[in-house]
Amino acid sequence: MANLLSDGGKALLLGNEAITRGLIESGVRFASTYPGTPSSEVGNILEKISQDAGLYFEFSVNEKVALETSAAAAVSGVRSFTFMKHVGLNAAADPLMTLAYSGVRGGMLIMTADDPSAHSSQNEQDNRYYAPLSLMPMIEPSTPAEAKDMVAAGYEISEKLSMPVLFRTTTRVNHARGIVQFSESRQDTPLKGHFEKDDRRFVCVPANAKLNRLTLLERNAQAAELSETSPLNFIDGDADSDVGIITSGVAYTYVKEFIKGAAILKLGFTYPLPEKKIADFIKGKKRIVVVEELEPYLEDNIYRIMGMNGLNVPVIGKRDGTLPRQWEFSPETMTKLASYVNVEKFPEPLGKVDVELPARPPTLCVGCPHRGTFAAMKKAAAGKNVVYASDIGCYTLGAQAPFRMADFVLCMGGGAGVAGGFAESTDQKAVAFLGDSTFFHSGIQPLISAKFNNHKLTMVILDNRITAMTGQQPNPGTGRDFGGIKTESVSIEDIVRGIGVEFVEVVNAFDVKTTSKIMKDALEYDGVSVIISKGPCQIDAKKRKTLSGKQLSVDPEKCIKCQTCVKNIACPALIKKEDGSIETDLTQCVGCGMCASVCPKDAFKEVQ
Amino acid sequence: MKYSIQIVGVGGQGVLLASMVLGNAAMAAGYDVAMSEVHGMAQRGGSVLCTLRFGEGTISPLEAAGGADLLLGFEPAETCRNLGLCNKDTKVIMNLDPVYPSMVAAGFETYPEVQSLVDAAKKLNDNIMTIGATNLALEAGKAVAANAVMIGAVAAVEGFPLSKDLLLEKLKENVPPKFLELNLKAFNLGYEFMKNKA
Repeated sequence: MANLLSDGGKALLLGNEAITRGLIESGVRFASTYPGTPSSEVGNILEKISQDAGLYFEFSVNEKVALETSAAAAVSGVRSFTFMKHVGLNAAADPLMTLAYSGVRGGMLIMTADDPSAHSSQNEQDNRYYAPLSLMPMIEPSTPAEAKDMVAAGYEISEKLSMPVLFRTTTRVNHARGIVQFSESRQDTPLKGHFEKDDRRFVCVPANAKLNRLTLLERNAQAAELSETSPLNFIDGDADSDVGIITSGVAYTYVKEFIKGAAILKLGFTYPLPEKKIADFIKGKKRIVVVEELEPYLEDNIYRIMGMNGLNVPVIGKRDGTLPRQWEFSPETMTKLASYVNVEKFPEPLGKVDVELPARPPTLCVGCPHRGTFAAMKKAAAGKNVVYASDIGCYTLGAQAPFRMADFVLCMGGGAGVAGGFAESTDQKAVAFLGDSTFFHSGIQPLISAKFNNHKLTMVILDNRITAMTGQQPNPGTGRDFGGIKTESVSIEDIVRGIGVEFVEVVNAFDVKTTSKIMKDALEYDGVSVIISKGPCQIDAKKRKTLSGKQLSVDPEKCIKCQTCVKNIACPALIKKEDGSIETDLTQCVGCGMCASVCPKDAFKEVQ
Repeated sequence: MKYSIQIVGVGGQGVLLASMVLGNAAMAAGYDVAMSEVHGMAQRGGSVLCTLRFGEGTISPLEAAGGADLLLGFEPAETCRNLGLCNKDTKVIMNLDPVYPSMVAAGFETYPEVQSLVDAAKKLNDNIMTIGATNLALEAGKAVAANAVMIGAVAAVEGFPLSKDLLLEKLKENVPPKFLELNLKAFNLGYEFMKNKA
């Protein structure tokens, strides 16, 4: 990775690296997050360099807490940054809305990393609508280089308006890579602030909220003025053309590179919109084309702006069906506009090969403890009518064969609440799967609710001691050891017992037989039962060099070709040979021993 | 001049490293560079795709389907799956070492004969260049250097706009010092193999 702390020069940076560099150049002194793709790399980098960069950084327990901690820093005069994936902002929406009312003193940016095409997400919601909902200003970069520079611009806007600013990115900005020129880093911003009390402004009782609403509307009007003159909104392309394209985000890069001969209004400050600038741009055009991913956010506003300015120019976009509302754009999306603008011709793509290709979906890793947890539950639940509520994490992959153990997946921490509903409203036994990090994020409250309402459900906490899916970030169960701060691990078992749950068992995920027996008891228990299934994430163990298991091979004399191992745990390191017997792939085997635990004939032996 | 490379494979094969070496070489050669990478859930044993575009005025991180000048295929089934990124003139480097998806390993699905994949690809495109990168990497010392073999092979592709020396220099900067010799050897074996094939 490039040295993000260097004094100058240029580097080929990932969007998230560029954004992190932007924080350093802007003198940001406080940052907080809950990991979520496509925003996660920012946290991974800050975990390593925050101390050297002279800023405080934390992985908060969830996005709501992350936003709240950064809000406190900002109202105390410290420049702060909180960042999350798009659905994370839903969790943080409660403090977001009222923070807009009280505003901030030090600059504050809130990054929402949206995921069009849902590459790593449960939906593809368009978080631009949070800006008009909260009346917070919003800026949107198109490339890594622009993202870095826009961080600095965002802090200027935030401090001018005394308001947090939404910094909205998408996967193809966060995970794009481009050449980024480093600028000087600010050293003059304070690491510690002081909270000047001001009840009228910061105590959001109704009487004050009513008055803050007026302040918010005033700031909104000031923001609209800033947007009109902001260099983040500029005209590009062939300015004299009578065809005008209005675009923002990564869609601008496709317009810029593959459409010729049109005037382009590139919007970077997208809430409030520069209404006068837009109206002036539209005047005299014979056609307007709006190129934006997901919802017709710009487009609908353009119709309104035209209406208010007595303009009536045909608009090509989503409302007329020319461009799709679903999924991210790519260069060839531009060809849908070929009847209206001059689009580059792309070569004819090759067709499909005439061989059937095996699917390659993401899958649980070799040696992943979740395989054992699912195998054990499958055995325990045999013959029973069970519904599986799952959650957001690696274990969502338990939806795949041979496990098929995710029947309903909603959101972070959602599985436990859902299971409570199933327990009361169906004739099925309700099981909730969730990870350790998800438990801390928002899985504790539904467990309390289940205890309070006496839901007869089984919660299985897959405790691998790390936030695995997003890249092995530490969580309260891990304890903290970075940035000069060390804390002890928080015990999940103590929390569960503290709630008053009486059936609590801690099991070893790799010991499928024993775990399965305990799960059977849990399913039959008349009340809330909790199983904490422990086993380390193998990717994390590899990184920490703590893998200790001995690799296993199969004794061909003992293997009876029953295939119990592949049928139950389907570990990618187990290879079924043509004669039906099994061998292990020693280039992959991590020696977790799970296959040996399910083998009825004790056919797995340590490799000498 | 604009040039577009699509790098495809499976998580863990070193696709990202190859893209970094090629991307940094393009930057050092003075080109505008735009890339796109796959992170997150897809990395768990799934298909991985990296797009690298460079040349004057390049800003889009994605390439149009059919727009690739070069497809660098780290795995034969993935190469076939992604031929739609190519056109009839695209150069294709196809590593012949399969990585079996877990459902194949467990016997629930089948993996086609590698030769049938090569034949199917050749029916669609006349510029398929096959290479056994793992064997060459083993010759260099270790199977993990297969990605360096692939980068070496790229340097030998006819009309490739970045020089062999530049790629070597960027490879050196992107691998750990203790594996430097292994990677350089692997790079050269890949280069020589593809040169002799041409």
